[in-house]
Formats: sequence, C-alpha cells, structure tokens
Amino acid sequence: MSEFVNTNPADFKGVWVFCEQRQGKMMPTSFELISEARKLADELGVEVCGLLLGSNVEGIAKELGGYGADKVYICDDPALETYTTDAYAKALCDAVVEKKPEIVLFGATNIGRDLAPRCAARLHTGLTADCTHLDVDMDIYKQFLRDNSTLPAERIDGLSKIKVNGEDHSVERDLKMTRPAFGGHLMASIVCPRFRPCMSTVRPGVMKRAEFDQAKADACVVEKLAVKIGPEDLHTQVLEVVKAAKELVDLTGASVVVSVGRGISKDVETGIKLAEELASVLGGVVGASRAVVDSGWMTADHQVGQTGKTVHPHIYVALGISGAIQHLAGMQDSEYIIAVNKNDSAPVFEVADWGICGDLFKVVPMLIEEFKAAFASKA
Amino acid sequence: MKAIVCVKQVPDTSGKVAVNPDGTLNRASMPTISNPDDMNALEAALALKDATGCKVVVVSMGPPPAEGMLHEMLAMGADEAFLISGREFGGSDTFATSQIIAAGIQAIGLDDDDVVFCGRQAIDGDTAQVGPQIAEKLGLPQVSYVAEIKKDGKDIVVKRMLEDGYMTIKVQTPCLLTCIKELNQPRYMNIRGIMESYSMPYTVLDYEALKDSPLIEADTIGLKGSPTNILTSFTPPQKGKGKMLEGADQEACHALVSELAEKHII
Repeated sequence: MSEFVNTNPADFKGVWVFCEQRQGKMMPTSFELISEARKLADELGVEVCGLLLGSNVEGIAKELGGYGADKVYICDDPALETYTTDAYAKALCDAVVEKKPEIVLFGATNIGRDLAPRCAARLHTGLTADCTHLDVDMDIYKQFLRDNSTLPAERIDGLSKIKVNGEDHSVERDLKMTRPAFGGHLMASIVCPRFRPCMSTVRPGVMKRAEFDQAKADACVVEKLAVKIGPEDLHTQVLEVVKAAKELVDLTGASVVVSVGRGISKDVETGIKLAEELASVLGGVVGASRAVVDSGWMTADHQVGQTGKTVHPHIYVALGISGAIQHLAGMQDSEYIIAVNKNDSAPVFEVADWGICGDLFKVVPMLIEEFKAAFASKA
Repeated sequence: MKAIVCVKQVPDTSGKVAVNPDGTLNRASMPTISNPDDMNALEAALALKDATGCKVVVVSMGPPPAEGMLHEMLAMGADEAFLISGREFGGSDTFATSQIIAAGIQAIGLDDDDVVFCGRQAIDGDTAQVGPQIAEKLGLPQVSYVAEIKKDGKDIVVKRMLEDGYMTIKVQTPCLLTCIKELNQPRYMNIRGIMESYSMPYTVLDYEALKDSPLIEADTIGLKGSPTNILTSFTPPQKGKGKMLEGADQEACHALVSELAEKHII
C-alpha cells in the first residue's frame, strides 16, 4: 500500500460501484447505483465498472450490464463467500490500487457502511456517508440547487471553486455529494478535491433504477481480478448467518406506506392495528416515526426518516406524525402525501398534499371504510 | 484487560433546530446530550466490567464543555476519562477525527486483550464512519452494528445485525465493536457516583500530548488534514402547502377518497 499515490486526480479514471450480494443474490441497491454511476460516468466521459466480491458469483455479473455497467470486475474467492470486513476490505483496496478508479460508490447498507469507511481510511481518501444526490456536471448541479434549495441565485451561480489549504480549487470535475446533515435539518454538498478515489455511500432506494437492457447485459465485459487474501488478513470468523424469521418489512419497495407516530400513544395497539388495516386495504406496508421505534412500539425495520429508511412511494399516509424534519427527510419525495394529525400546525401539513386535522382513532376507521367502498365500486 | 469507550457530546437534533441565515446550524440554541448509541457502547463496557472486573476508560474528542458528559460517565461506573481537545483538531472530518482518536487511544495504551467500544453513529452527522476508521488506524478487527456480546476465552462472539437478519461473528482481541441500541439498556448514574467522579482520574490530551504520534501530522488532522470539504450547505425549500380538508368527519374522508379516485391516484 505504501507505493499507492492518490494525490494526482488525473491518474484515476472510471466510476465504480461496489455491487453487494448476499448468499449469491444481488442486493437491489447495486442496480440503483449502477444506474446512477452511468449518469455520472457519462458526465465525465468514462466507463462504469461494477466490482463484485464473492464466491462463485460470476453468474450474476452480466445482469449489471443491463443497468449500465460497461465492465464488471470479479474477485472470486472462498474467503469472500460471506461478508467479513477483513477479507472484503483487502480485496477492494487491492482492486482500487491496481485499477485506480476516480469514484467508488457503495450502497449505504449495514455492510456498505462497514466496508466503505474501513477502505477510505486505508486508502487515505475522503468518504461521504448516506448521500441522497450526486452530480459531476456543474450546470446540472446548479439546477439541482435551484430546484431543491433556498440558496439565493447569485450564491448558486457563483459556485465553482473552494479554498483548499488557502488555494483556489475548481470543483468542476469533482463529484458533488449531497447528503442530509444534523438529523436532516440541513443539506450539505461535499467534495473530495485532493484524493482519489472519491468515495460515497448512497442510501438504498434513493437512486432510480434504469430500464433493464438485455443487449447491454450481453455486451458487458466480465474480468476476474487476482485475489490475495491470506490467513494473516483474517481476524474474524463468521459462525453463522441467520435470516430474520419474521419477514422484515420492505419499506423502500412498497408503493404505499402508512406510517404511525407519537399520536398513537394513547392506545398503541389499536393505533398500529388501524394503520395495518389501512395499509392492507391500500396494498401497502406500515412504517413508523423514530419516536415509535425508540419507544419500542415497532421494530427498527419500520422506521422512516433520516436515521431510518428513505421512501418515495406512490402514496404516503402519515398518522399522528408531527413531522420532525428528520422524518420529513425520509418521506417528502413521496408522490402523494396524506396526513392526519390532531394539531393543525403540525409541520407534516407543510409537505402533505391533503391534510385532515383530527383524531386518527376516529378518522382512520372512516378512511378505511371509504377506501373499501371506492375499491368495491371500481371492481 | 480494558474496555475503552469512545463517546461524543452532540447537539440534540430531535427537537426544534435553529438555522442561521448563512445556512449553518445555530448550535448555541441547542441543548447538548451524550450521543445515544455511545450510551449503549458505555453500557456494554460496564457490563464487561461487571462480568470480568476489567477497567473501563472513556475517551471523547471535543471542546472543553464535554467534560461534564465524561463526569457523568465516571458516575455511571467508568474508571478513568480522557478528553482529546485542542484548537489544532478543529475542522476535522471523519478521516482526520479517527486519526486523532486513534492517536489518543495509543497514548492511553492498548493491550492485547482490550476491547474498544463505539456507538454505531452520532446523531449530528449520522455517518457511522469514525468507529471503523479508528479500527483501521489502530489495525484492529472491527464488527459494527453489534446487538449482543459474549466473551469466549480470548475471543469475543458477537451478534451483528443485518437489514434482513444477523450474523454471529467470532472476533479476536484486541478489537473494536460499534454498538446499536438493541444491545442493552444503559444504566443510570447514582448521586454518590457524581460526587466521587470529581476525584477520579480525568486527563485532557491536547495537541502537545499527542503530537509525537505518527498519526498526528499537519496534513492528517484538522481542516487541513481532512480529505473532504464542504462545498455548500443549504436548507431544502418547503413543498407548497397542500389542501387542508374541512372537518375530520365521514364527509371529509369521502371527499378525499373521491378526489384520489377521480385523479386515478388509487
């Protein structure tokens, strides 16, 4: 590693995605990230490469091409069958040192968020966590700010360089990584001007998956990289991998999410039951605010928000959720938002398309009845 | 054997937050708390102390007011506290921060059977990067998202949570674990503990104390040593206010569902 010099950005080319698989099955976020990487690579005029680590995983490589990967590098080794930080960090850093990509994206999963910081520290480079938006092209980035920030126009127009150690640095070709900060109260765009590769983890469900193109999948080049993992590299041993007995709720994939907040506190059981019933009528799943999860009323896999999941379903129903910014950060890009809350000044009404100011225990049964009637008349 | 716990004092982002006109956070207007996940890390260390009699050392990096938090942790049962604090360390991103905390832990001394505990992530940045990066700088194996810990001879067996289940992992010591709230219920401090905490060992590690560490270089700490820079920060615009329905009765519900049906939203 000592011979790895990464302070000359011009030596580094290509956008990489760490394509996470579990038990030989590709994680959906890998397809989202390849799609996003395609967009960035086109702005830079470079290739998109997937990096796939595992054991006997060659069969799932080419599918990545269908979403925009020009090439997939595979590190195939029995030591990589199940994720360990030791083995994966070694293989990934070796690959980066050999091939010198300028950008490496990871899904912000429990594994991506373990691996990426370890690798960034080893490679001496910058990492930005849980990004929700990525740009290279300055004009596109500025348009994004015009549409999504309250920054004055002249501030946005003037963005082109930053001071790095007292000297002007142009951010034209740098990846602009935007993420929520301070519990989602602020957004920050971060750059990694001096070191390569620039690394970022991206929240699952945030980037849109491209249309799958079989011809591109067929054309995708697959190349195996040498893996050098010895026993001296391994200090952990996975004794078992257990799938959750209870099917965890798939919030990010759901087209309807009905979430409950502190408003259910006077009768938690009934509140959750009502949300479940409404969700089932609408063909959706049940989510929760941080307060509900922190109180132990629902498990963490239900949590929507800055520290939970980002969702953008077709319909989002917020029941008894006041709408702390950290919750809004996780749901405000939903297509349609319906909010029910007793307090008419609850911030959730600021982002809702329809608001009902009332007691959810009274309103939700009526809503369920109305939805049932509407579906019955359609059938 | 020691348990070293990395802790951070953070602004409480769960309540209302004031933003300055320039888009930065108005920290002065916000109360500070001990980072919630770090309390689970501390509890894990104290539980290890209860079981093995090991020493518990808490270490934090931050401005001098963090001393209050460290005294509370001594009152909860920690044996010794260190505050890494200095103007030279300001402006550090996660890379530079982990560089400095790793140097601090080396100054405290890391033995062959020690365990370093961190919270999964701090609520001000939510990055979850500093724990793994400290582990890398110290050359320690890491396990993150730890929800259960068992001692197994010289090794430690932990339950590591995934989104869709968990792994059971055996890790050699010394190692670093990042803890989640499912791991335990943090204990309370007692009043006597608070009084006693003021006579317990408390050390400030400033730049002078750490500057000879190979981890501490002008280009590896502080703003200058941070690989990432903030280009701009901003507040998102509020979406245009939607429609408030009149009343909260059957009629209102009917009107809403009819509109959704008419617009083919359902």
